[in-house]
Amino acid sequence: MIVAEPKPIKEILEMVKDFKKVLIIGCKGCVTVCNVGGSKEVGILASTLRIDAKKNGKKIEVEEHTLERQCDPEYVDEIKDIINDYEAVISIACGVGPQFLSERFPSARVFPGVNTKFMGGATEHGIWSERCAGCGQCVIHYFGGICPIARCSKSLLNGPCGGSDHGKCEISKDVDCIWDIIVRKMMEQDRLDELLEFKPPKSWTTARDGGPRQLIREELVI
Amino acid sequence: MNDFKPQIIAFCCTNCASSAAQVAEGMKKTLPENVKIIQVPCTGRIEVLHLLKPFEEGADGVYVAGCQEDSCQYVSGITKAAKRVEHVKKILEELDIEPERISVFNLYAGKGHEFVQVALDMTDKIKELGPVM
Ligand code: SF4
Ligand code: SF4
Repeated sequence: MIVAEPKPIKEILEMVKDFKKVLIIGCKGCVTVCNVGGSKEVGILASTLRIDAKKNGKKIEVEEHTLERQCDPEYVDEIKDIINDYEAVISIACGVGPQFLSERFPSARVFPGVNTKFMGGATEHGIWSERCAGCGQCVIHYFGGICPIARCSKSLLNGPCGGSDHGKCEISKDVDCIWDIIVRKMMEQDRLDELLEFKPPKSWTTARDGGPRQLIREELVI
Repeated sequence: MNDFKPQIIAFCCTNCASSAAQVAEGMKKTLPENVKIIQVPCTGRIEVLHLLKPFEEGADGVYVAGCQEDSCQYVSGITKAAKRVEHVKKILEELDIEPERISVFNLYAGKGHEFVQVALDMTDKIKELGPVM
């Protein structure tokens, strides 16, 4: 899933301080699963804005709405009849959501309510870890099913750097050296020699380095 | 001290806090009338939004009264509630509202006087802080 975290409340308050009618839009996708942008969190943010307004003797109307997904135009369309009633829209979907809203409703003032962090999963309840950097050409099968691009601090593809120290990465004692884990896994599977096989350098043109990406699948285009 | 009557909402677990309330009643100890009780089957069910809503509706203080950490009938209800209370404290702080306006208390089912004392203490604390608005 795409993992995000709430923006500091003060930052959000600053964004919408001049508006009296605010629409908060959640998303039932990834951000619901990582407890940051679903209907529950829409309610919490709305309540927080109302408490702030009350405390400061301000009048504010905060409306709550949660879309099936903010990254699909047909769901975004659901709010076409209400969005113009609001001076400001706070999207608490990942960074895709507020952009889809801005594109669909060009006159709306759309603000991001969360900070989008990474693609990953929950390793424990309340703890998420990065797993994929979206390089566009997956190679984890060469590395025991583990992604060194997302999980090595230097995205090294040909073994650990000199900073690997007793299983920990040189950037912090709290960060595992993923190369230590990759090597151990390959030893367990008796495949260590596979790491010695020559691989041509990875092409990064499929990653962000190749510029903004688009994917066209002709069989699906209507 | 002053005329301010703080509105306080108390979320109480039916197993411990509410039994304590019954014991208190038996002892003819009454709760201050500014404290409104909301009974919940387990404090673990209380969400952040439940704790914020009273403030939104004008409450001056909120507390959760549940069992001891090691005696929750549903294992970890009060521990979860305590974490959510902590989270709401942070939200209040960000809004420049005193985090002391929300608290969590661990009670024993049989101790009625404690139940009433908590309500009185909370009332005193909020009186000192004054109204939110
Ligand atoms: S190799 Fe690329 S696509 Fe595969 S997990 Fe790593 S970053 Fe993601
Ligand atoms: S110590 Fe390990 S994880 Fe850290 S940068 Fe070096 S190889 Fe990568």
